[in-house]
Amino acid sequence: MSQTSVAGGTIPAAALTVDRRRARRKAAWRRRGLVLLFMSPWLVGFTIFFGYPLVMSAYLSFNHYDLLSPPRWVGWANYHYLFREDPQVWTAVKNTIWLICVLVPLQVLFAFGLAVMLTRARMGVGVFRTVFYLPALAPPVAATLGFVYILNPVTGPVNVILSHLGIQGPLWFQDPHWAKPSLVGLGLWGVGTVMVIFLAAVLDVPKQLYESAELDGAGGWNRMRYVTLPTISPVLLFAVILGVIQGLQYFTQAYVAAGVAAGQASQAADVTAVSLGYPLDSTLFYPVLLYQHGFVDFQMGYASAMAMLLLGVSFCVTLVIVVNSRKWVHYGGAAR
Amino acid sequence: MSSAATSATATEFVRRKPPPAVRRKRLIATVADHTILVAAGLLFLLPFLFITLTALMSNDQALSARLWPHPFEWSNFVDVFTKAPFMTWIGNTLEYSILATVGVVVSSIPVAYAFAKLRWRGRDAVFIVVLVALMLPPQVTVVPLYVMWAKFHPFGFNFIGTLWPVIIPNWFGDAFTIFLLRQFFLTIPDEYLDAARVDGCGEVKILFTVVIRLAKPAIAAVALFSFLYTFNDFFLPLLYTGENANHWVLSIGLSEFRSLHQVQWNLTMAATLLVMAPVIILFFLAQKAFVEGVTLTGVKG
Repeated sequence: MSQTSVAGGTIPAAALTVDRRRARRKAAWRRRGLVLLFMSPWLVGFTIFFGYPLVMSAYLSFNHYDLLSPPRWVGWANYHYLFREDPQVWTAVKNTIWLICVLVPLQVLFAFGLAVMLTRARMGVGVFRTVFYLPALAPPVAATLGFVYILNPVTGPVNVILSHLGIQGPLWFQDPHWAKPSLVGLGLWGVGTVMVIFLAAVLDVPKQLYESAELDGAGGWNRMRYVTLPTISPVLLFAVILGVIQGLQYFTQAYVAAGVAAGQASQAADVTAVSLGYPLDSTLFYPVLLYQHGFVDFQMGYASAMAMLLLGVSFCVTLVIVVNSRKWVHYGGAAR
Repeated sequence: MSSAATSATATEFVRRKPPPAVRRKRLIATVADHTILVAAGLLFLLPFLFITLTALMSNDQALSARLWPHPFEWSNFVDVFTKAPFMTWIGNTLEYSILATVGVVVSSIPVAYAFAKLRWRGRDAVFIVVLVALMLPPQVTVVPLYVMWAKFHPFGFNFIGTLWPVIIPNWFGDAFTIFLLRQFFLTIPDEYLDAARVDGCGEVKILFTVVIRLAKPAIAAVALFSFLYTFNDFFLPLLYTGENANHWVLSIGLSEFRSLHQVQWNLTMAATLLVMAPVIILFFLAQKAFVEGVTLTGVKG
């Protein structure tokens, strides 16, 4: 189009290229401005509510700070206390590792089993799917309260039924050995979200893969092992990462269960201070301990040091899972 | 036509009756499958049943070993409202949920669009930052944020003890929502957008006319998730309003319910049921959006 104007000879060629370059630059700036405009909510939010706190957390972790007097620089003292002296940290770390190592594999296994069963069912698939998904919907506080009641040692329905069968039920949330398994039960009850994701993935496996496997003489188990599992492995990985991340921030259920169980035992009105980790620190998970130091005792510096450790660990865990996944995760596109 | 005919004969060929032994084996497998499913289903429903039954018991009964309420105490559901400031909690929860959800959706849409459909240098790197922010536990940033809100007093207004520190961050985009919307925007064919561009539409107008209209189901799913998240949220509201009972949301009120009413399991279970009810009703009203949204997170992630 511009050829006509050059042919007309009104504008020298040099001026035109400059003009065009300028116009192009202007358009580029406008595009940049547009991107910036669209991105601005996140940019502002990320800076104020993520970047700044992250830097501040690192700074505070080297300080003694109780919110009232100004922060006082203490060097590595918080970290020293965290790694060497705090008697509760190791308990909290152990409990958290226990929870992740038990709950995540069980959840994945359980959800996968339910999803496969659902794909095999002929009748009432929709009803079963809804039934399995419902508990996952229940608000965590409500679900936990319900569970603590159902498992309460004396009058709870589970132990009442067990006693009718002649079995002496355990003390569940009142027993340091049973409190974590009870929480695992609660977690498995809410496995529905993972199951729905798995179900969609299993149904998405191309039919012809099963057919060719069948032609090769693969039985049910082999089809599962060599067709279903590899095809849905990215989704399995997703579930594992999600589970580990949720395990690292496990708070609500532990807080509520411990609070309610402790209240039931002591009958006292306000038990929050003594209830964290009840019974006997068996439900003291890392986030619960962080909450206690930061927001019950207001040791902001020390809580920041705990947060930095959590940051490092969650970062490494995600990295390890993602890197290792290359060995066993099969992405449809990459294989071709 | 011809292909349909051949496939019909093919299926006829395949669908000949299998021998009785195979049929018997298949029947047994089907029955076994359904037995396991029914048993698992009952196991999943049983806690709901026990919660409901207890919610209908008198206090004495709830403290006995009886499992079936006799007589049914329907008044428990009324007592919950008179014995605890349940209405206040509902109001606070709605304030949090609605303000946060509207904010999340409005602020996340343009960001997700910029990630999905605009081309700019560093886009993928920045998106990885969003994902990392999504992965990290909220506990990592919670201490300085609390300090920030505690030290921030514009016009003498005190943020600690109110819900604003939990609401306001939602107005600046949420990593999960951005991620989910981007995944959906990616499925919108570029041809639609290019057609609009050829017609002289600017990106802002494309976003409002083309993308938002096409993405309605995804936006509905995202709004639903945000509502559920805020309705269920416990940790952050507890941090900021734990000391100020006037601003408690339902989840905090429910967790403290038993210490307000010593050992009254029947009322506690009635309250529990009342807190579960809206979510479950919402699920049945919007089942499709739910399942679509959940699968969107997993399959295309």
